[in-house]
Parts: sequence; structure tokens; C-alpha cells
Amino acid sequence: MIYFDNVSKIYNAGSVALDSVSFVIEPREFVSIVGQSGAGKSTLIKLLLAEERPTSGKVFFESQNIHKLSRKEIPFVRRKIGTVFQDFRLLPMKTAYENVAFALEAAGRDDAEIASDVPHVLDLVGLADRADYFPHELSGGQKQRVAIARALVNRPEVLVADEATGNLDPINSWEIIRLFGKINELGTTVVLATHNKEIIDTIDKRVVTLENGRVVRDEKRGRYVL
Amino acid sequence: MFTVKIRRIITAALTNFWRNGWVSVATILVMVLALFMAGSLILFQVLLESTLAEVQKKIDVSVYFLPDAEESEILHVKKSLEQLSEVQGVEYVSRQRALEIFKERHADNTLISSALDELGENPLGASLKVEAKDPSYYEAIDVFLKNGNFRGIDKVNFRQHELVFKRLSDTLSATRKAGLGVSIVLGAIAFLVAFNTIRLAIYTSRDEIGIMRLVGASSWYVRGPFLIEGAVHGFLATVITTLLFWPLTLWLGPKAQTFFGGIDIFAYYAGNIIQFFLMLFLIGVTLGVLSSFVATQRYLKI
Repeated sequence: MIYFDNVSKIYNAGSVALDSVSFVIEPREFVSIVGQSGAGKSTLIKLLLAEERPTSGKVFFESQNIHKLSRKEIPFVRRKIGTVFQDFRLLPMKTAYENVAFALEAAGRDDAEIASDVPHVLDLVGLADRADYFPHELSGGQKQRVAIARALVNRPEVLVADEATGNLDPINSWEIIRLFGKINELGTTVVLATHNKEIIDTIDKRVVTLENGRVVRDEKRGRYVL
Repeated sequence: MFTVKIRRIITAALTNFWRNGWVSVATILVMVLALFMAGSLILFQVLLESTLAEVQKKIDVSVYFLPDAEESEILHVKKSLEQLSEVQGVEYVSRQRALEIFKERHADNTLISSALDELGENPLGASLKVEAKDPSYYEAIDVFLKNGNFRGIDKVNFRQHELVFKRLSDTLSATRKAGLGVSIVLGAIAFLVAFNTIRLAIYTSRDEIGIMRLVGASSWYVRGPFLIEGAVHGFLATVITTLLFWPLTLWLGPKAQTFFGGIDIFAYYAGNIIQFFLMLFLIGVTLGVLSSFVATQRYLKI
């Protein structure tokens, strides 16, 4: 489903973010990408979303080289990848409901679908009563759940989370991770980039470990070892 | 689908406009300044042009005919002159009319009037007052009359005034050029200020633009609301500016007319208010949409 083929990313002469990274993610997998800050986790996700271009190598999503796509074609791939960021990245001038609805509107869904799906997904993340709140009126955990609702509402094939629990307290973190587990059980591929040791050790799923931009370990039932 | 997208883009634009209240107000105010500048420059050009035209009207060339010239000959010259593209108009002053004007002018000089009575007949010849479209054309008209083999012409008074004509003509064209130059410079400054204000306003939304792209929105879906917002800013700024000019020209019009002697700009403004509105609307909306387009361009690269 996702295939990184010998990908390197060099920001400038002195800083190599990724160095010849290759791995495959199969459909319905739950993969954690771990490593210390600066190991290259975020760069990896940026490359997957075509937010950045690799210096060399190829990134495939469903056998499509995503960096060969034009700016017109990229949105169609992004609609199949739901993304959750450490800093939430909600639209500040839109309410929770509108933030979630935006993803559907942008994908060209009709009004009836939006009216039924948005409340449903907000309910799923436990925010049905916060639909009309603006992001600045929500707590960190609530914001992250809005972001997850937005990522899920398009029924993506992959859910990508970049340090999704980085700004949350332990209880909120666990709730979010449980939510990811549930989403994965329902058939969505989940890619989780994190440096939270406790979470990784408890999930007991595949772990890809990055160190200085290289894949140093890739275990089916991994633990966080550095 | 297309209409649904358009509707969503317009709704998003109006919602943004309302929720970003202060940014909207600030942007509109700067745009009002720019449009006010543009409008002032248009009115200034009109005033300048009418004043110059007024000055220009005061000069003409007279063709004097011999007293025994046939009227048909005079009318033939008149017709030939009227056919020239350089000529604005020709006024025929008959012998009789010339005498009346002469008498009127010297009504209180008994010596002259008694001398005229003594003479018994009209000693004055007819004349044609020729007004050119531009003072620089008088020389060509003079040459035309010389080479035209017209009969009965006594003299053309062009050579006597040649120097004055030349100076006036130079002054008029220099004033026009200076007026245009000043307008272009001031207009460009106003345009740049408004352009950069809009760019700054959109700069504050750069993260949002990036987020929308990452969530899977197409470039046009992200950009659409910004363009519509720009158009709304332009429209509201046009309405405000058009309203502002009403009391301003009402107050300034008579003063300017006494000073420059051209037209009353209030009358001009009131008479052309629709054209004026459309002109500012075109400038305002172009400014708003174009600036938004350029400003969003760089943040859409994601």
C-alpha cells in the first residue's frame, strides 16, 4: 500500500533528514515509526503527504509515485490519507463542526452526506456537544479529537498521525491511542510516528525504528529500543 | 457539483469576511484610500482638461477678407477650412456684423462714430474666426490658407501671434504631461499600498492555506474564498469612496470653479456618478482579486 523505495532527503548540505530509507506498509497494518527528535519521523510523513519532495528515491501510495503527481492530482491522494498532527492544525476561524465538514466539502461530497457524517464522526470521538466551539475554546485533547474526526470523516484508507499525542497528558494520550486501535480494527491502515516509549511498548504492533535518518530496526511485534 | 462548490466558496468567503471583522475593516479602509486617490486623480484630470480647454478656446486665428470680397468666396474658404481635421470650428463674421462690433466697441468715442457716418459706407471687410483643435495646428492652417489660392483674403493674423501660440501650446502640453506623470506616480503608490495590505492580511492566513491543502482541498477551492473576499472588499470600498466624493465635490466644486475657471466638478461628478462608480468598482475589484490571487499563490505550493 505504501512503499518507500530508497528515499533520501537532504535539507541542506549539513543536514541529512533521511538516508536511503526503504520499507513497505501493507493494508490494515498498524505501524509505529519511532525515533528520537530529529531522527526523521516528521520528514517521512511530510514525504508521504507530498508536503516535501525527496532528494532521491521514490514514495509510492497504491503503486502511484506521489511525487510524480501534479498539483491538481495531489488532493485526490490526500483525501485517501487522513492526517493528525502534533500541533492539531485546525482552521482557527472555523468551528469544530466546520473543521470536520471542510474535509468533506473539499472532497466534493453533497450536503446530505455532510449533514449526516459530521455529527456521526464527532460523536465517535466524543465531541458531539462541542460541535459549535471554535478551536481556541477547546482543550488540547478536544482539539486533537476534532483533528482525528476530520482525518476520519473522508473514510481514508490510511490514517497518519505525527506525534499525535505529543501535546497531550497521559490520560488523553491513551484515549487517542485506543481510538487509533479501534480505527485499525475497522480496517484502516494506521501509521503512528511517536517517541512515546510507554505507548509503543503497550501497543505490541509493528515498529520501525529510525536513527539519524536510517531504519535501524523493523520488527513485527516491536518495542521501543534505542 | 460545480454550483455546489461555488456556493460553498461564496459562503466560506462571507463567513471569513464576518469572522475576520477587524482585518476586513482595515483592508477596506486602505482600499478606500487607494480608490479615493484614483478618484481624485480622475477629477483632477477632468478639472485640468476643462481649464486648459477654456484657455485654448480663448485663442483663435482670424482670416480677414478685403471689403469687396464676394460672400460666396468667403463661404468657400469657410467650407474648405471646416473640412480640415485640424479645425475645431469656423465662425463667419460678416461685414455688417464687423461694423456692429466696431461701433459697439467705440460707442463712447464720438470722433470715430462721426467719422464712420461721414464715410457713408462700411469700410470693414468680413472675417473668419478659426479655432483649431490644438494650438500647434495653427501653423498648418496658416500654410493651408497661403497655398490654397483663395481669392479675396486680405491677411491672416497668425504670424503676429505666432510666438504667443507657441508658448501657450508648449505650456498646455507640458501641463498635460506633468498632470499625467503625477497621476501615474500617485496612482502607483496607492495601488502598491493596497496591494501589500491585502498580502499582509493573507500572510496571516498562510498556515490555514497549508492546512486546507493537506486536508485534500484543491488549489482553487482554497483560493476561491480569498478571491471572493477580495472582490467584496473592493465593492464595499467603492461604495464608501463614491459616497465620500459627494460632499467633497459639493464643497470643492464652486471654489475650484472660481479659481480655475473650468467646469463645476460637482456638476460633473453628479452627472457621471454611475460611470464613476463603475470605474472605481472595476479598479477596486481588480485590485482586491488580483492581490489575493498573487498573495495566495506562494502559500498554495504545498
